[in-house]
Amino acid sequence: MQSDLIAEVEETLKRIQSQKGVQGIIIINAEGIPIKSTLDNSSTVQYAGLLHQLVMKTRSTVRDLDPQNDLTFLRVRSKKNEIMIAPDKDYFLIVIQNPSD
Amino acid sequence: MEIVYEYVKKRSEFGRPCNFSDRPADLHLDIQPDAELAACFFALDSRDVGMQCAADMSEHEVNTERIESESRGINHVEGGWPNNVNPQEIEHTMRFRKKVEKDENYIKAILKLGTQMEYSIKQNNTIDIYEEYFEEEQVEEEEMTDAKEQPAAKTINVFRDPNEVKRTASSLSWHPDGNHKLAVGYSCLEFQRAAKGMSFDSYIWDIENRNQPELTLKPVSPLVSLEYNPKDSHILLGGSYNGQIAYWDTRKGGQPVEMSAIEHSHRDPVYKVIWLQSKTGTDAFSTSTDGQVLWWDIRNMKEPTERLVLDPSKKENLENALTAVSLEFETTMPTKFMVGTEQGLVVACNRKAKTPAEKIVCTYSGHRGPIYALQRNPFFPKYFLTVADWTARIWSEDIRESSIMSTTFDMAYLMDGCWSPVRPSVFFTVKMDGTVDVWDFLFKQNNPTLSLKVCDEALCSVRVQSNGRLLACGSQLGTATLLEISPGLYTMQRNERALANEMFERETRREKILEARLREIRLKERSRLEQVKEEEVQDAEGEESPEELIARAEKEFFQIVEAEIMKWKKELDSIRPTEMD
Repeated sequence: MQSDLIAEVEETLKRIQSQKGVQGIIIINAEGIPIKSTLDNSSTVQYAGLLHQLVMKTRSTVRDLDPQNDLTFLRVRSKKNEIMIAPDKDYFLIVIQNPSD
Repeated sequence: MEIVYEYVKKRSEFGRPCNFSDRPADLHLDIQPDAELAACFFALDSRDVGMQCAADMSEHEVNTERIESESRGINHVEGGWPNNVNPQEIEHTMRFRKKVEKDENYIKAILKLGTQMEYSIKQNNTIDIYEEYFEEEQVEEEEMTDAKEQPAAKTINVFRDPNEVKRTASSLSWHPDGNHKLAVGYSCLEFQRAAKGMSFDSYIWDIENRNQPELTLKPVSPLVSLEYNPKDSHILLGGSYNGQIAYWDTRKGGQPVEMSAIEHSHRDPVYKVIWLQSKTGTDAFSTSTDGQVLWWDIRNMKEPTERLVLDPSKKENLENALTAVSLEFETTMPTKFMVGTEQGLVVACNRKAKTPAEKIVCTYSGHRGPIYALQRNPFFPKYFLTVADWTARIWSEDIRESSIMSTTFDMAYLMDGCWSPVRPSVFFTVKMDGTVDVWDFLFKQNNPTLSLKVCDEALCSVRVQSNGRLLACGSQLGTATLLEISPGLYTMQRNERALANEMFERETRREKILEARLREIRLKERSRLEQVKEEEVQDAEGEESPEELIARAEKEFFQIVEAEIMKWKKELDSIRPTEMD
């Protein structure tokens, strides 16, 4: 059973990676440690450290404004690419995409 | 009379707990008025006292504390790993990661997040959700608000001379690329007023750090002019007060790498040095009030490579020479250069002339004082700006008699000026009363578009950064102020180049017409005078002696003055009756 699920996780990540414009995927845990990444080590560490702080700040902002509310998704659009962060209780999934338009 | 009160406390009461309680007042002493003393004084009935019904004010000076800041780096080390995992060991980290991947929570979370993420990714790929729908309208709105914006400038930073004895910041030079650094040359330009303990140092400042200069240059004599090499940003050339030229390499520290030999240098302070355009990037030329222009190759500083004496009579006579205070060279026209003199003439010279006599091509006269700044318009090199006496003038190369445009005569003496490198019709001048003027000839010609008082003492030099936004001006007490000007003054308007060109051409045409007319009148006068002279000779009257000439001139002068006074009186009289009505 578990091995099936693990295989499914692998498949999901592969699917995301194969989407158009996706430059990299990083999975970090609640402490900011990168668990899995498709980028090189130094970039991974940099992204993990910086984005972890950003998500924490964003989440606390949303909850401060309305305690019933919570952060569901975070998109950071910049000139060169877009960083999308899907937060969960214990893990964050980060995808860097180059919108091809 | 002695007033003594004995305070008594028993020894046994020392150290006792205090008893705080109310008790009635105890009269210790009563002094009655002494009638005899009263006889020495008498009462004054009324007194005159000035009163003012205004709030009492007091003056305070507060100085904010200077914060010294230092830049430091931090070394980051990876953290967040749990205690048993050593981040340096790849084995440990791999094991940790594998363990996490098997965790049930992890699997659930990733599956959920994965679907969420896929939705967003696909969304991005289908349409641009951040598309700007009304972009042109936004741009138009921006332009409109810009036009209504008042031109303004604000001080960003002030660099003070760290020495006790303050010297004038006589020259400024921006770093050629990056624009983070400003080299300021300090010297005392007043004749023999340099104080004993005056330091000779000049500094290179980093514009972010105003507490400490980035590099100190230590010349043998104070630097009057200082320039960065536009090709190699580590090399600076300085002209010093004693006439020598020296060059520094910022990688090698504050001592000059080489100095010119004193026998072959200038004999007066070197007022301007400019780098030349050459393949080696090591050529420069300098000028000073001793009347010479010298060319140097910095690799060999013992002797100048070429020498030119600014003698208008073309005889290379140093005594007759015009004394130069400013120099101009445009890299797009490498054979020509111009020298601004103390006598108020601008001399245009040709470098490639064969004989020294042909070097001096022509002179432009019209200024009444030393020409402190001379610069060609970066967009239209045919027109150049001179700053001298109480005006700034724009000249065209073709017209030698007079300037094509001039600012009105100012109250204060103008000390320096320069064109804006991004807009063809904007230039900056600084005055002796400490104000910076920004002139935009397409907008307003009579007054500066913006006039800003920077400090109380005279401002002696001004330089614009190559992006046109920052302006540095140096004052007499060694303070270099960095100003940022509002966007309206450094963004080129639509068809500004064409408009500026049109305006310059129009003014040139006007001057040409005026010149032609003047020549006509002069010719007529001359022919008339010749006729009159012939008649005089026939009359055989002796020449008037000088005294009689003076008397005649005086009489004519007073006649003219009186005629003017009568005219004004008549005008005044004609106004007054209408006022009475």
